[in-house]
Amino acid sequence: MFRNTYDSDNTVFSPQGRLHQVEYALEAVKQGSAAVGLRSKTHSVLLALKRSTGELASYQQKMFRIDDHVGIAIAGLTSDARVLSNFMRQQAMSSKMAFNRPIPVNRLVSAIADKAQVNTQEYGRRPYGVGFLVIGQDKSGPHLYEFSPSGNSYEYYAMSIGARSQSAKTYLEKHYESFADCSLEDLIKHGLHALRETLQQDKDLNVNNTSIGIVGAPSMHENTTGVSFRMLEGETIKPFLDTMVPKDVPATAPAPAATADEDVQMTE
Amino acid sequence: MDHFPTNWGRPRNDAFDAYGTYPIAQRPYNGPTTDAFSEGIQHTQQPIVTGTSVLAIKYKDGIMMSADNLASYGSLARFKDIQRLHPVGTNTVIGAGGDMSDFQYIQGLLDELMVEEFTQQDGHSLGPSEIHEYLSHVMYSRRSKMNPLWNSLIVGGFKDGKRFLSYVDLLGTTYSASTLATGYGSYIAQPLLRKAVEGNEDVITEDEAVRILEQSMKVLFYRDARSLNKYQIAKITADGVSVSESRSADTHWSFAEGIRGYGAQTQ
Repeated sequence: MFRNTYDSDNTVFSPQGRLHQVEYALEAVKQGSAAVGLRSKTHSVLLALKRSTGELASYQQKMFRIDDHVGIAIAGLTSDARVLSNFMRQQAMSSKMAFNRPIPVNRLVSAIADKAQVNTQEYGRRPYGVGFLVIGQDKSGPHLYEFSPSGNSYEYYAMSIGARSQSAKTYLEKHYESFADCSLEDLIKHGLHALRETLQQDKDLNVNNTSIGIVGAPSMHENTTGVSFRMLEGETIKPFLDTMVPKDVPATAPAPAATADEDVQMTE
Repeated sequence: MDHFPTNWGRPRNDAFDAYGTYPIAQRPYNGPTTDAFSEGIQHTQQPIVTGTSVLAIKYKDGIMMSADNLASYGSLARFKDIQRLHPVGTNTVIGAGGDMSDFQYIQGLLDELMVEEFTQQDGHSLGPSEIHEYLSHVMYSRRSKMNPLWNSLIVGGFKDGKRFLSYVDLLGTTYSASTLATGYGSYIAQPLLRKAVEGNEDVITEDEAVRILEQSMKVLFYRDARSLNKYQIAKITADGVSVSESRSADTHWSFAEGIRGYGAQTQ
């Protein structure tokens, strides 16, 4: 565990100019299971890995709808996420009521980032222990943002957060240049491949542990006509899981992997 | 649910301090706010300095509006250089009849709103429909406090290739049409405007639109004792907003000589 001199109070800088408590809060995000987000010219998608505490337990919800045009995936403390998502819903509703305008996604993200920043500066508070990926669509098109407890928010072409998210990030960094012109189906396939990288050796993505969130025109695998945010779970995601290219496992099949590179095969 | 334990058990007020940035001791007090003077506050019972009609029509390229420059004090023509057409942002004009001080308050409210929107610098802006929605809530909430903003307002605009023309008044009542008029104009000018415009919204040229409004403003000046032969015309098109210099119509009063009660009394 961490042990630093300047970590008992989040408002006190260390001599290196760091806020240790805030950095620990960023660690809390990494305790949560992974979530991946991707954006094309026409769509934004979220993919999240749900955990269950055991055979008898249900899977913990990872994705929340904020408004017709915005949804989030979370990693970290679910209870903190509920407070923040509730706030986001209130902001979205107040924009809808006052101006009859869906709130611009960047403003929604800035609003929670401002809230998180206050917690890194004011005495007697603690930072939120949760990170978000936020997708949404507004007049300027589809968007993907990351929110973190440090009060930062950035827009991304593709991003992952949560446990072992570095593996997913490596995949995304390798492929992100093709995302802009991807179809929705391909975008989700890339997302599933990236999410798969965060799994432990013997695990696999299935209809129970995967959530998909989409904004933009519907896929041929969906039976909806709307373009607003929707979450796909259970059997409805099976057609998307079926598009995944099986992963080569060098340990069991060393022969074909010897010549090609050892990463996921994307041939099609 | 509220995000701040210090506010639990109190009425919520998210309009103020939405991010909980205030130290606990300075948090808003949401309880009753009466003091020794609260009994003495009187709400608006009637307008004082008033503007009369505003006219607005849809035409081929957008929206055109007109209003004269008079602010009356009762029947006295008190202020003769008041602009009653107010641009809000780059796509919208609001025109106001009714109490001019309440209108100035509304102008301040909207200007503040536009500055807030501008400082976001994120490419999003409030268009005419958003401004109208906002105004309708302001007007309705004030009438619900038994303290209305004593105006009838017309919001005209052009954004994303679409014309917008809508009305809201001191009761929070709203409606839209291809011709709108407030005050005396809603009796005198509205039938003229309807006859000229309805069905021809996509045909009327800018020159024709100006002529239609000039004609109606002239009729209003003849008929409306609270009007002035000095008015402005605003147009809102894809190119943005422009409000003209003040202008006047040619009028002839020779017929009036035959009217009893006009001019010096001879019997």
